[in-house]
Amino acid sequence: MAHLPRRTHSILLILSFQICFSTIFAVFGSVFFQEEFSEELLLKPLPDRKVLAHFHFETTAPPLSTSHGRHHHLFPKAIAQLVQKFHVKEMELSFTQGRWNYDRWGGFDPISSSNAKPPGVELWAVFDVPKDQVDASWKNLTHTLSGLFCASINFLESSTTYSAHEWGFHPSSGGLRYGTLPREAVCTENLTPWLKLLPCRDKAGLSALLDRPSIYRGFYHSQRLHLTSSESHSSGVESGIVLEQALTVVLQPNSHKTSKTFLSETKLQPSWSLSSIFGRKVTGRCVLAKSSNVYLQLERGLVTELENLQKDNAITGPDHIGSGGLKDNPGFELSVRPDKEFKEANILHRKSSSVLYEYSIERYSAFEPFDLGLTWKFPVVWLCPRAPLHSSRFLMGSGNQRGTIAISFISTDLEEGFLGANIGEDSCKLQANIFQVVPWYIKVYYHTLRVFVDGKPQAIANVVEKMHVSPSEDKVSPGVMELVLKFPCAVKSAALTLEFDKGFLHIDEYPPDANQGFDIPSAVIIFPNFQTSMQYLEDNSSNKSPMLLKFQEKSPVLSYTEILLVPLTTPDFSMPYNVITITCTVFALYFGSLLNVLRRRVGEEERILKNRASKKAGRLPQLLSRLSAKLKGKEWEPPKSPSTSSSFISSKLILKVLIVAGVAVFWQYYSE
Amino acid sequence: MEAKEQSKQKESCYWNWLIGSVALRLILIYFSNNLNLASRPEISTPLTSLRRLAEGYWLKQSSMSSYAGSMYHGSPLLLSLLGPLTAKRIEGQPDHILCSLVFVIADVASAMFIRATGRNLQIAYSQSLKFLDLVKLSEKSDILPSGDIAALVYLWNPFTIFACVGLSTSPVENLAIILSLYGACRRIAPLAAFGWVMATHLSLYPVILIIPMILLLGYGPDTPPRKLFLQRKYFEVGDTPSNDRCQQEEPVDQPELPYVFSRRPVIHFLFWTSLWLVYVLVLCGVSVKHYGGLWELFKRTYGFMLTVQDLSPNMGVLWYFFAEVFDFFRNFFLIVFHGNILFMILPLAIRLKHRPFFLAFVYIVISSMLKSYPSVGDSALYLGLLGLFVNELADMKFSFFLFCGYIGVSLLSPVMHNLWIWRGTGNANFYFATAMAYACLQIILVVESVSAMLNHDRKLRKLSATKVLDGKT
Repeated sequence: MAHLPRRTHSILLILSFQICFSTIFAVFGSVFFQEEFSEELLLKPLPDRKVLAHFHFETTAPPLSTSHGRHHHLFPKAIAQLVQKFHVKEMELSFTQGRWNYDRWGGFDPISSSNAKPPGVELWAVFDVPKDQVDASWKNLTHTLSGLFCASINFLESSTTYSAHEWGFHPSSGGLRYGTLPREAVCTENLTPWLKLLPCRDKAGLSALLDRPSIYRGFYHSQRLHLTSSESHSSGVESGIVLEQALTVVLQPNSHKTSKTFLSETKLQPSWSLSSIFGRKVTGRCVLAKSSNVYLQLERGLVTELENLQKDNAITGPDHIGSGGLKDNPGFELSVRPDKEFKEANILHRKSSSVLYEYSIERYSAFEPFDLGLTWKFPVVWLCPRAPLHSSRFLMGSGNQRGTIAISFISTDLEEGFLGANIGEDSCKLQANIFQVVPWYIKVYYHTLRVFVDGKPQAIANVVEKMHVSPSEDKVSPGVMELVLKFPCAVKSAALTLEFDKGFLHIDEYPPDANQGFDIPSAVIIFPNFQTSMQYLEDNSSNKSPMLLKFQEKSPVLSYTEILLVPLTTPDFSMPYNVITITCTVFALYFGSLLNVLRRRVGEEERILKNRASKKAGRLPQLLSRLSAKLKGKEWEPPKSPSTSSSFISSKLILKVLIVAGVAVFWQYYSE
Repeated sequence: MEAKEQSKQKESCYWNWLIGSVALRLILIYFSNNLNLASRPEISTPLTSLRRLAEGYWLKQSSMSSYAGSMYHGSPLLLSLLGPLTAKRIEGQPDHILCSLVFVIADVASAMFIRATGRNLQIAYSQSLKFLDLVKLSEKSDILPSGDIAALVYLWNPFTIFACVGLSTSPVENLAIILSLYGACRRIAPLAAFGWVMATHLSLYPVILIIPMILLLGYGPDTPPRKLFLQRKYFEVGDTPSNDRCQQEEPVDQPELPYVFSRRPVIHFLFWTSLWLVYVLVLCGVSVKHYGGLWELFKRTYGFMLTVQDLSPNMGVLWYFFAEVFDFFRNFFLIVFHGNILFMILPLAIRLKHRPFFLAFVYIVISSMLKSYPSVGDSALYLGLLGLFVNELADMKFSFFLFCGYIGVSLLSPVMHNLWIWRGTGNANFYFATAMAYACLQIILVVESVSAMLNHDRKLRKLSATKVLDGKT
């Protein structure tokens, strides 16, 4: 009997616990359902023996109205607060080191046009506030982000560094601000806070691969944070906040196993594995992630080459025919068999399409780590898809007074398919939009815009379809130029030139290393008629991965030009005092001598003679007597008898000196 | 007869020289692309650069305010006058050739007005000498034709030529100033008022010329001190009519006695000034109506001049000063430097009120020395006007030194600029040193010319006093 109540008690206790837990789980379950996190990694061999690794983390939070107040389970609170406080509609922040090589790493795919960023920091944000408050919101946002990411983003606060433009960069109405810091050094102190926004940080899952030394050893490194919020959207579907974090790295695998030489002149691509390029293996997924996948992408050109290779082999050995795609192709070997294989949907009629292998890393653990390796068996050479025009920007002229900015376009050897849609017509036009921000100390003369097509000067109206310029204002705002250019499709090369004068700054405005020069931020070149979208077939499952969804989005081909380094003349930084004193002396000289000339009287020669005659009297008493005469308002008369007057003056003087001394002593004595 | 022949010869000589200077200008304009004068900091300042004017015109054409950005800071009227000419290009000819032709015409017109003014001044000078009975002085040292000299100095001064060929708008500004002085000298009130209003509108600093102009209109051209005339008059009236010659001449000279302040031309002048002022303001207001109105215009033009915002190097000293001075003191020094122009107005006006034209000259020198963006065009103007006082300033000290100094500075300054900006081997301080030397030269010029003029007056007084004494005895 004594045991029974105790048992029932314990049962009750367990029951109550169970109820309690189940309710908690129910609550959290619903939150789980709404806040989602997914992690993905895309690996891609590049034509120039490098490997691209593209990490893509996406966190979504439900709209504030349907979630539980301000509590967030997965979504980083700092970002959510930032969105709420500053009414950010859309924002993108990128930290980049190195320059994306559009020729070799691709210029016509989603990764290059949305993840290739200019060196340094680039930030743009769209605010959902009245127009007069946008600047204030921007200032606050820059300060917040600067604290959040340990970067000097707060330099974007001053109105000389950011621009509000009309249509050149991003289609938005009014509330957009765009700023770049080309010289910002990006390093691990920026990556760590970025990783902190992930639910698993870099402790588990794919982010554990991010070994700092191996990342910063790479040729290109860009960490990006893209934020879309429909929190304050009054109309349309509310999707909450979507935080998309992407890290794109281009790494060079160690090619120590290239002893094997082939008859052909091309060298074998270096083989690589996750552990060789990152120095780490994936030891399991982040348990909070909805999906964690690794993809391996083979480009169109590579697939074509491999298919050709396979055909050649098929002639010699017919065994391989129809053995299932490229999985066991003669070109390379994968260390892990992929779980799925997607083929790109061919919208345009091209010979082949790129291939994507998917690996789900849910079944890997610390005991059985995931280490994808790719071993090349045969040398393959391919080209990556490139933008219709290769754009570059450079400076012309010498000296520190003036110069010319030139933007040049060179046609890439486009496949027929790119322009196939409209190449038949004579009026075929290739549209390119240019968006360029120039700091105020580069004083651009917009009337000197010249356009050259295929080396010949053209009338501006023939090429420039639309132009919007907001000229720079000294120490207030940068100059913004937005251009819509239409070239004939057969264009081989085109160039734009703009003359400018170099400004002269106040010594305080020069950075500490003034002689290094000043950076002009990258210009953005957009080809709005060319959309990058990659749709992968065989993906019938309803829950597509966020990264592939992102790839599907139609976005125009976009590329950034080089950053220009403009040396400006410097004044002598060590001489402010000398300059001030010398200039003031000269002006004093002018004032004094002119006044002296003006005040000279007619009879002064005689007076000077008289003075000379009475010089024996001494200078000081004479001056004093003259002063006293002036004070009394009487005509001064030279002393008649020097001896008597001098004694008289001197006694008076002694008296005065004594009085002054007495006052001084008195003052000294009583002030203590 | 012979004198007439001689004067005719002189006349033709003058015209030859004038045509020669125009030809030189045209040749230089034709090869101006090789000279690259338009980008010299000594010639085109942010205010006078024609390139900036073209940019302003382009902005205006693309339906933006021509003052958007910090490119153009000149007058809207000049923009609508010269703007269309900058946009027009003739195939095979250098850029902006039409504007250059306008500047050549402006230069020639300035020279003609200087010449006319000079003649006027010379007549007044010899008349007053005659009245003081000091004709001997003039006969002894042969009165030079100062008008011709000044006009030719103006035309052949390398500074003027470079300012004209180098596509800066200073010839037009100079023309406005000369026009106002000419009008005041001839007592043509509407012309004087127009010139003064335009000059002020174009470059603000000529605003201080209103004092000499009122004096000019009131008292007429330069004369020796008034006291001498009074003395003379007193002597003549009080003395016995023994001196026949004087009495005969008296009625001729009497109406042109310069010591009476005639109010009528001054009132005319003020009336016309207000008329022109309203007219110019209305025109400006119409042209900037959609872009912030007149206040914005004043802020962009006069504000830009007064708060030295552009720190690009020029011939003056203020750019480097304000590039180096601590921001905390900036406003103080702005006030001090601009005050320096104003401080001297009153003392000079008191001391030189009998010589209003010379007073105007001194004001022009001072303002072109202390202005925020000086250029060689300003120097060209005062050096040309200096020629008008060739008789009075014959005894000026340091004139050879000044001549050499001007040559030295104008040779050294481009060299230092080249070393600093283009080669990168020099330093800003070297260029600034030449600017400093140039400022010192101008200071010496002002001080010495004022002192020489005062000495000249002193000499006249002495001579007339001795004359009076001689007459008495």
